[in-house]
Amino acid sequence: MTIPGFILKNAFRNKRRAALCVLSVAASLFLLVSLLVVLNEFTNPPEDAGASLRIAVRNKVSLATPLPVRQRPQIMKIEGVEALTPLSFFGGLYKGEENTFFAQFAMEPEQLEMVFGEAKLPRDQLAAWIANRTSCIVGADTAKRYNVKVGDKFPLVGQIYPVDLDLTVAGIYEGTTDDRNVFFHHKYLDELLGDPGTVGMWYLKARSAEEVPATIDRLNAAFANTSAEVLAETERAFQLSFMSMWANIKVLISSICSVVVFALVLVSASTMSMAIRERLRELSVLKALGFRRHELVSFILAESFGLSAVGFVLGAGGAWLLYGSIDAPTLTGGIFPILEVTPRILGTAALVAAALGVVSSVAPAISVARLSVVAGLKTLD
Amino acid sequence: MAQTPIVRIRELTRVFRQGEINVTALDRISLDIAAGEFLTLMGPSGSGKSTLLHIIAGIDRPTSGDCIVQEHNIAEMNESALADWRNQNVGFVFQTFNLIPVLSAFENVELPLLLTRLSGKERRRLVTTALEMVGLADRMKHLPKQLSGGQQQRVAIARALVTDPKLIVADEPTGNLDSHSAADVLEILRTLSRDAGKTVIMVTHDPKAAAYGSRSIHLEKGELVTN
Repeated sequence: MTIPGFILKNAFRNKRRAALCVLSVAASLFLLVSLLVVLNEFTNPPEDAGASLRIAVRNKVSLATPLPVRQRPQIMKIEGVEALTPLSFFGGLYKGEENTFFAQFAMEPEQLEMVFGEAKLPRDQLAAWIANRTSCIVGADTAKRYNVKVGDKFPLVGQIYPVDLDLTVAGIYEGTTDDRNVFFHHKYLDELLGDPGTVGMWYLKARSAEEVPATIDRLNAAFANTSAEVLAETERAFQLSFMSMWANIKVLISSICSVVVFALVLVSASTMSMAIRERLRELSVLKALGFRRHELVSFILAESFGLSAVGFVLGAGGAWLLYGSIDAPTLTGGIFPILEVTPRILGTAALVAAALGVVSSVAPAISVARLSVVAGLKTLD
Repeated sequence: MAQTPIVRIRELTRVFRQGEINVTALDRISLDIAAGEFLTLMGPSGSGKSTLLHIIAGIDRPTSGDCIVQEHNIAEMNESALADWRNQNVGFVFQTFNLIPVLSAFENVELPLLLTRLSGKERRRLVTTALEMVGLADRMKHLPKQLSGGQQQRVAIARALVTDPKLIVADEPTGNLDSHSAADVLEILRTLSRDAGKTVIMVTHDPKAAAYGSRSIHLEKGELVTN
């Protein structure tokens, strides 16, 4: 027999209680990881390979306020700007749906490869899209969800704009972090709206990542004190500011996370306390046999730590396996394109599990450290 | 009986505080116990015999006076040193056996050896020898619940013997046993004292059990009345 073997036998001496304790830790850690995954999607959206070069330019007043199309030549002259497209959020509903899970944007098809280079679209489909003003390209996730093929009609009913789009699918792209979006000609939207001379925002590609900060400064300065001041920022910063509108949800999720961890500590501490209380006599015998205080405290710590570790493997590992294998867009109704258990989330869960092992063993360890052999031997079994 | 004192007790007093009241469990006891002696401590409940045994075994400390066991003054040793000393020098036998229920007889006996630097092979040899000495070599893999009370107590004796201590303390070791098993256990203790030279100190209420000892002392109200 070895000391670890002895600890293991003690930890699982009451198999039902140990199993219930491990399962409660596993279930709580699974819930915690799930909440952290959702929180991560809200606060830390996935990044495309080309995101570091992209700059989003929107009206400084608000995201809903459009920008004048006359800004285009001025932007193109700004040093560091390599490509530019207008990008207007359409926000329509597909075929009479009450909620449509994918976003639709009007843009210039000719700029797709330059600005959104990671989008993989066959050359012939890109050419067909560019050639047909009323066509669109659909993300692979959306195409799969609606069983849409090239050549199919793709009607969108306007909710923000007072127009409906009668689109035809020219291509199906993939390879972005969010293969749900639908892109169509900005010209087509302008035409339907009577050429209002505005765009939702500008999306541009910088010449190099090093030039992005200076380019952003130049963009902001170029339109300062004009009737349409702009707020230029990296795509990442834009996404995060967009996500910040979910502030209350984030607070809510963070609060639930805290409650889950607190409940976890109570369950685990209660189990460890019970396990130790019923073994006080045995621990006293061990003391009498020569085991020192710190050795007994180590046993308790190891036992508690071990139970937490098994719970972590089952809970966090289970979440990792589950979220790695599910079809997130389908299961979440399209709210989340992916649900990823990142190494950071796993690390957080591991830290929580480790802290749980330590915290839940504190009270039993103190009582054992203080326990006199004689008093312990008088304890009834 | 060997004459060298292994235990020297002088003016030993132990006072317990119970709320506002001080209870004197041992009152200025002086006593010598020779090496190899089989000493029985007798007396009514609350007479202080178990307290005396606990102090000699190093699991309790005197309030005043000296208890010197193998030249170590119990009162002056710190917690860690006492633990080491107990592991190397004292074997315990309890009334309720106090075996670890999830460990086999072999593993229970091996437990004190986990604190030593002995190899697994050496530990196995010592455990096997100890279990053979108490006649349980064929019950090594049994859990305590698969053994009778007498067998459990013999496993406890094997656990007390396995580190080859000079001193074995037994607190009413036959209190939970039938007469036949009690006789077996007492015979083992007597053999250990007589043939192996172990000093055995046993607390008992039973005069028949006390008769196995080489000397018997009586305590009453914390004082030595017969030596």
